[in-house]
Amino acid sequence: MVKPSRSYRVFQGVNGVVLTLVVLVTLYPFVNIIARSFSGERQIRAGEVTLLPKGFNPTTYEIVFQDSMFWRNYGNTVLYTVVATAVAMVLTTCYAYVLSKKHLKGRGLLVGIAVFTMFFTGGLIPNYVLVTNLGLKNTLWAIALPNAISVFNLLVMKAFFESLPGELEEAAQIDGLSTYGILLRIVLPLSKAVVATMVLFYSVSFWNSWFSAFLYLDSSELMPVTVYLRNLISGATTGGNAGAADAQLSQVGANIQAVTIVLTSLPILCVYPFVQRYFVSGVMLGAVKG
Amino acid sequence: MSTSTPSAPPGTEDPPPARAAPRRGRRDPARTGWRRALRRDWQLYSLAVLPLLFFLVFRYLPMIGNVIAFRRFEPGGSIFGEEWVGLRYVQMFLNDPTFWQVFRNTLWIGGLTLLFCFPVPIVLALLLNEVRRRSLKRFVQSVSYLPHFLSIVIVAGITMQMLASDGPVNHLLGWFGHDPIRFIQEPEWFRTIYVGSEIWQTAGWGTILYLAALTTIDEDLYEAVRIDGANRWQQIWHVTLPGIRPTMVTLLILNIGTFMAVGFEKVLLLYNPLTYPTADVISTYVYRSGVESNSFSYAAAIGLFEAIIGLVLITSANQLSRRTVGTSLW
Repeated sequence: MVKPSRSYRVFQGVNGVVLTLVVLVTLYPFVNIIARSFSGERQIRAGEVTLLPKGFNPTTYEIVFQDSMFWRNYGNTVLYTVVATAVAMVLTTCYAYVLSKKHLKGRGLLVGIAVFTMFFTGGLIPNYVLVTNLGLKNTLWAIALPNAISVFNLLVMKAFFESLPGELEEAAQIDGLSTYGILLRIVLPLSKAVVATMVLFYSVSFWNSWFSAFLYLDSSELMPVTVYLRNLISGATTGGNAGAADAQLSQVGANIQAVTIVLTSLPILCVYPFVQRYFVSGVMLGAVKG
Repeated sequence: MSTSTPSAPPGTEDPPPARAAPRRGRRDPARTGWRRALRRDWQLYSLAVLPLLFFLVFRYLPMIGNVIAFRRFEPGGSIFGEEWVGLRYVQMFLNDPTFWQVFRNTLWIGGLTLLFCFPVPIVLALLLNEVRRRSLKRFVQSVSYLPHFLSIVIVAGITMQMLASDGPVNHLLGWFGHDPIRFIQEPEWFRTIYVGSEIWQTAGWGTILYLAALTTIDEDLYEAVRIDGANRWQQIWHVTLPGIRPTMVTLLILNIGTFMAVGFEKVLLLYNPLTYPTADVISTYVYRSGVESNSFSYAAAIGLFEAIIGLVLITSANQLSRRTVGTSLW
């Protein structure tokens, strides 16, 4: 190693400052929102809240906790996430396993059918018309089915299956296990890491999604919590044409939004430190193949 | 090829299912007909049935469903419309001044996103790559990935709270003696807000692939140019950047492909009638004309137009890059 020159040490210093700024700019909004969620209405209005709560006031949390619609929507989010992820996992695993079999006749076509949809999609209106005509509106299937396979996840899983040693499967086959048996008893137990990653990918994306629900569900009782939050936000910008859930709460405005933001992102923030590396490795795996 | 021998102890093995065909066909893999393939691999094909059904119904049917752009459509009727009307809806949107406004807005927002959101992750990755302390590097990475994991609704909510008249940004402006700005209601601020929140949300996550590419650059290359007397900047210019060029080109092609689609959901969450003059893009106009005003054929025609431009853009970017730098998606 050559000893670092003075200009390089200056660069290191500047780099440290820039990256510190990146961290601060990324984190500050979270800190501020949390501080707001615990602050008094007057202090928020006066723009006094920065890093710490001013005029400590947990009553906004009580108000949100007492709103039955919030809990109902939160429960919907959990339900939709679980069901949609389960459906997505079954379909993705099956198809990825099929696509990973190099000897299969017609495999190229099967891959092509999936990959083409990454570059060209039907678009909003035909999708809306289709889901409406299938009678899926106002059911959870309108959320689970149209997004059941993410081609990116499919390719990640396919790449993983291809990397498994073929000998085990061949041995199992000679022992008389059917293809289904091999998938369930040999391949999946060997693929716990990628299965866990895929479950995380899908559940985070379903937890976060709002537009399908906004588009296909009509009553506020069916909405996931993301749409509940969206209605609060849009009420704040357009001067209050938001849903019924918002009406009784509109007098406390800003705090409610902050509290809902905190409560909606809480599950993600809690698991984030533990699952982050799975996401990173999953993206790498997908990038190699995709 | 098969090195394993039958190893199951006698008596413990399941009797092979009667119809599970023996895979003797693998011995002559040259030209087996479909019939033989089906007989041999019918169980594998059966696993593909439901996923194929998904693709056909929810991906390919809507593609065909785009014919309603050229057909009269009645809500509740066939998803493929009632009768041909030719290019009526295409002419309609070409003569619609609002269409041209949202078209311009789309180009603006797409262009600004490409200009700012594409290079920022590269710069950030280069900076991270220079950090010596692994723990520090990891910490910065973890923090900067975080916004990627949040719902876009939360990002929009946070953006609005930050920019509210009582929010931190206006608080900061107050220190400089500036009057509060109603950012969310002012059309001239929309593009800045959109691009800013996009960078906040995606810059960190965007570094992952670059950081991965950076680790694959051969240390010997740096050694070689150092012996030739290259300083830090020259090393970055002559070794680092060429090393991540394939990644840059690939991501650039993908970004160009989504150019017209712009962050539809984010625009939908952040805009309001006051900011339509700058914020309304093709996809949001399609949403409002179709779903809110029930002009399905008209909206489908515009949507199809957008999708075709997207396809043309990504294909030509891919061709261009294959010819010039030898990197391409397919």
